Amino acid sequence: MPERVIARLEDVSLAFGERVVLKNCSLDIVEGAITCIVGLSGAGKSTILRLIDGLIKPSTGHVYVRDQDVCHTSERELNKIRRSISLSFQFAALLDSLTLGQNVSLPLVENTRMAGAAIAKVVDKALDAVGLQYAYDNLPAELSGGMLKRAGFARAIVTDPELILYDEPTTGLDPISVHMITKTIMRLRERSSGTAVVTSHDLPSIYMMADYMAMLFEGAIIAYGPCDDVRKSQNPIVQQFLAGEEAGPIPI
Amino acid sequence: MNVLERVGERTSAFFEYAGGLTDLTASSLSFLLRARIRFGETVAQAYLLGYQSLAIVLLTSLFTGMVISLESAVQAVQYGFGNIVGTAVAYASARELGPMLTGIVVAGRAGSAIAAEIGSMVVTEQIEALRSMGIEPARYLVVPRLLALIVMLPLLTIFADVISILGGAWVAKTYAHIAYADFMQSARTGISMMDLDKGLVKTLVFAAIIALVGSFQGLRTRGGAAGVGKSTTGAVVISMILIFIANFALSLIFYGASA
Ligand SMILES: Nc1ncnc2c1ncn2[C@@H]1O[C@H](COP(=O)(O)OP(=O)(O)OP(=O)(O)O)[C@@H](O)[C@H]1O
Ligand SMILES: [Mg+2]
Repeated sequence: MPERVIARLEDVSLAFGERVVLKNCSLDIVEGAITCIVGLSGAGKSTILRLIDGLIKPSTGHVYVRDQDVCHTSERELNKIRRSISLSFQFAALLDSLTLGQNVSLPLVENTRMAGAAIAKVVDKALDAVGLQYAYDNLPAELSGGMLKRAGFARAIVTDPELILYDEPTTGLDPISVHMITKTIMRLRERSSGTAVVTSHDLPSIYMMADYMAMLFEGAIIAYGPCDDVRKSQNPIVQQFLAGEEAGPIPI
Repeated sequence: MNVLERVGERTSAFFEYAGGLTDLTASSLSFLLRARIRFGETVAQAYLLGYQSLAIVLLTSLFTGMVISLESAVQAVQYGFGNIVGTAVAYASARELGPMLTGIVVAGRAGSAIAAEIGSMVVTEQIEALRSMGIEPARYLVVPRLLALIVMLPLLTIFADVISILGGAWVAKTYAHIAYADFMQSARTGISMMDLDKGLVKTLVFAAIIALVGSFQGLRTRGGAAGVGKSTTGAVVISMILIFIANFALSLIFYGASA
C-alpha cells in the first residue's frame, strides 16, 4: 500500500533573529502512522510542531498540510486547517480562567454545533483516558504540573482530529500516566486516519509506539525512517544520542 | 547608528504598530458586525471593566465638580453672577470633563487590566493554544472587552456627569449659599445649551481606544513577566494619548464649524 503524506516540511529554514534553529529541513509525516521526533533539548522539536500548525512561519521553505501551503494561507483558511489538527503543548497551555472541564470542552464548544450533553460525554471519555475525571471542576492553578499536562493532552484528543501533534506528552509524568498516555496515542492511531507526530525524550515509549523516527541535530534532520532502521543507524551521532553516552561526536 | 537610521527605524516601528492596531480593529469590528459575540463573557467583562470602575469614576468626577463649583461660585456670587454657577458646572461636566475624565480613569484601570491579562496569556502560551484550536483571539478575547466598554463607558459617563453636578451643587450651597433649586435651574440651562449626545459619542470612541489598545498591547507582549509590565504601561500611556487626540479631533468635528 503506498504511503500517503499528511504533512510535509520542504527545505525549511528558520531563524529567530540571529539564532538559526532549522537549516534546510525536509520531513514527511506519513498518514496513519506515529512519527517520533527526537533531539537534544533546544534542537527545535517544538518549533517543528508549531510550523506544522502554522503558528509560526519559516524564514524560507514550505510547510504543507494535505496539499495546502500553510505559509501562504490566510489566517482564516489556517483556522479551518487547524480545526483538523490538534497540538498538545509541552507546558499544557490551558486557559487559566476556565476550569479543567471547560478547557477540555473548549474546542468543541467553540468550533462545533454539538449539544452540551454530547460534549459532556466526549469530554468525560477524554478525561477518563488520562485519569482526570475527578478534577473536572478544578481551575488550572489548583492542579499539579503532571495533571495540567494530562489535561492538555485530553484537550488535544477530544476533537478526534486527523492529525495530532504531541509535544513531549510523557515528560514529567509518573510511570502509570506515561503508560496511559502512550497507550492512548497508540489507540488513536488505529482509527481510520489517526496520525500522530510526537516529540519526546522518553525512549522506551518511543520504541513502543513509533512507526517512524526522525532525529534533529544542529538544525538538520540527520536521520529519518522506520523506527527500527533509525535505531540500527550507523550514524555515530544517532548512536550516541540513543545510547545516552557522554563520549562521542555530540558536543556537550 | 546614525541619526537618519534611527529616525527610519522609529518611523517603520510606528507604522508597524499603527498597522497592527488597524488590523486588530478591523477584525474585531468584523466579528462584531457579524454578531459573533460571546454573550456571557461580554457581561462578565462589563462587570469587571465597567461596573468595578464605577467607584473611582464617581470619586474623581465628584471632586472635579466640587472644584469647578468652588472656584466659580465664590467669585460669581461676589460679582452678582450666582445664577450662572450651575450652568458652568453642568456645561463643563457634561461637555468636556465627564467624558474625558471617565475615559482617562477607565484607561488607567480597565486598559491596564486588559493588557495585563492578555499579555500574561501570551507569555504562558494560552494565546498560541487558542490559535492552534482555530479560535481567533480577536473574537474570543477582544470583542467581549470591546463591546463591554462600548456599553459601559457611556453609562459611567452619565453617572460621572450627574455626580459632578451634585457635588457642585453641594459646594455652591455650602460655600456660596446658592440654593439647590437655583443651582439646578441654572444647571438645566447649561445642559440644554450643549448636546449631551456629543459627549456620549466621544465616550464610544474612547471605549474603543481603551479596549483595542489594551488588547493590542497585550497581544504583542514578548518576554515573560517583565514584558507584561511593559505592555501594561504602554497600554495606559498610548490609550491616554489617543484619547486626548481623539477628544480634540471630535471637538473639532462637532463644534469646530460653529466656533
Ligand atoms: N520565540 C522564540 N524566540 C527566539 N528563540 C526561540 C523562540 N522559540 C524558540 N526559540 C529557540 O529555538 C530553539 C528551539 O526551540 P524549541 O522549543 O523548538 O526546542 P525543543 O527541541 O523543543 O527543546 P526541548 O526539548 O527543551 O523542548 C531554542 O534554542 C530556542 O532558544
Ligand atoms: Mg520543546
